[in-house]
Amino acid sequence: MRRTLAIVRAQLRASVAMALQYRVEFLVEGALAILWMAVALIPVLVVFGTRTAVEGWTFPEMLLVLGWFVALKGILEGAVSPSLMAVIEHVRQGTLDFVLLKPADAQLLVSVAKLEPWRIIDVAGAGLIFAYAFAKLGRTPTAGEVLAALAMLLAALLVLYSIAILVVSIAFFAVRVDNLLYLFQSIFDVARWPSNVFRGFLAVLFTYVLPLALMTTYPALALLGRLRLATGLSALAGTLVFAAFARVVWMLSIRRYTSASS
Amino acid sequence: MSLRAAAKAYPALLRVGFASAVAYRAEFLIWMFSTNMPLIMLALWAAVARSGPVGTYTQAGFAAYYLCTLLVRLLSGSWVVWELTMEIRQGTLAMRLLRPLHPLLAYSAENLAAVPLRGIVAIPVMSILLWTARQQLGHDAVLWLMLVPAMLGAWLLTFLVMALIGTLALYVESAASLFEAWLGISAVMSGYLVPLDLFPKAVQQVALVLPFRFLLSFPVELMLGKPGRVEALALLGAQWTYVAVALVATNLVWRAGLRRYSAYGG
Repeated sequence: MRRTLAIVRAQLRASVAMALQYRVEFLVEGALAILWMAVALIPVLVVFGTRTAVEGWTFPEMLLVLGWFVALKGILEGAVSPSLMAVIEHVRQGTLDFVLLKPADAQLLVSVAKLEPWRIIDVAGAGLIFAYAFAKLGRTPTAGEVLAALAMLLAALLVLYSIAILVVSIAFFAVRVDNLLYLFQSIFDVARWPSNVFRGFLAVLFTYVLPLALMTTYPALALLGRLRLATGLSALAGTLVFAAFARVVWMLSIRRYTSASS
Repeated sequence: MSLRAAAKAYPALLRVGFASAVAYRAEFLIWMFSTNMPLIMLALWAAVARSGPVGTYTQAGFAAYYLCTLLVRLLSGSWVVWELTMEIRQGTLAMRLLRPLHPLLAYSAENLAAVPLRGIVAIPVMSILLWTARQQLGHDAVLWLMLVPAMLGAWLLTFLVMALIGTLALYVESAASLFEAWLGISAVMSGYLVPLDLFPKAVQQVALVLPFRFLLSFPVELMLGKPGRVEALALLGAQWTYVAVALVATNLVWRAGLRRYSAYGG
């Protein structure tokens, strides 16, 4: 366990050092992050210019969902996708050999290989959205609610990561899957609305098959103190099962890898 | 290189581009599916309109609007900016410069060649989906005829803006980020996320004079039969004025930029 932590720390330090070489990039990306946050907010502002509630969500409540969306998207695109995008490149070029040869778990190594630290700006922006939303709501969440929300957030992250691992595992079977990861990133956009906005087929798809809508809805409900304990616990259990499944698929896929040069 | 030789080469380039789109059809489809924002926005507005229409939009109205938006976006899309910035950075642009054909013309052929295949996939699907909301579509045949030059204008304007910003990579490193900023503003001001007529009056006034509307909203408005014939004609004129301006600007920036270009890595 201590060794694992040491590896993660070393990898993270290296990737942060790498990213910090490009300081202008930090400013540019920061400005872009703010712009995209505004873009995400504008449709919601327009909607609530005409309505006081949508499917039972008032404006500040909807902001909570959007806040979690901004934060999760930042983490997905800043910490999860860049590393896994690199795996696909490794598989195609056959350089995954160098990773597999190292005396540590390959999944761990590839998962923390690359970071875009400036995406932390998204998380900070999400914090601002939360602050504003709670000011509008006129209440502060209790410690228990915050803890529950963080647990739900961790579960969401684990699911996101597992889906990404599954997508990457396809790289061992089909060569060009970098755009599959893009596709996943674009589908993640459905998480910007509460799950009960979707109806019919889409509701089933985004609740049970690809539980994207729940990833932001459950933490938001938890912050509002409306998440039922049973729902939360079953979400956590489902997450663990799914993560284990992704791990098994990864192990099976990696066995199929034959270095490109041989 | 003369324009006549370019005109002769162009059909062949289009065939090559089409063949490569067919060859990488799985990838092609995945890229198409990545354009799903209008459907996500539709889900929200459909939920809002369940309790009554918003402005002039009912649930069916929103469905028609966002399906048309998706169709226009799919048929007017290009990717030249990413290719251009990458080739300038990696120096492979030098290869294109050696050929007896203007690189921007070659890019335009590659990008244009993908449109028919996208149409083959998108138009039948959209037609079936739009059938349920057919009452919302425009009934004036003249406006539908005007859609042809309007779509061509939208494609050209999209391509030229991309080419213009991509060419800026000859001067600055962050041209791709600049384009991302353009994308963000364009998402709001072109009606991609929210129909322009749902914005507050002041924002609408601004959106009317900016070029973004002509990339997307204008063809959609024609399909929904919103403007009158005279107004549509005026808008078409404005769109093509923007196309002409973008063409001249791209040309100037390209020529000046090439003078200072020396391929990296020699």
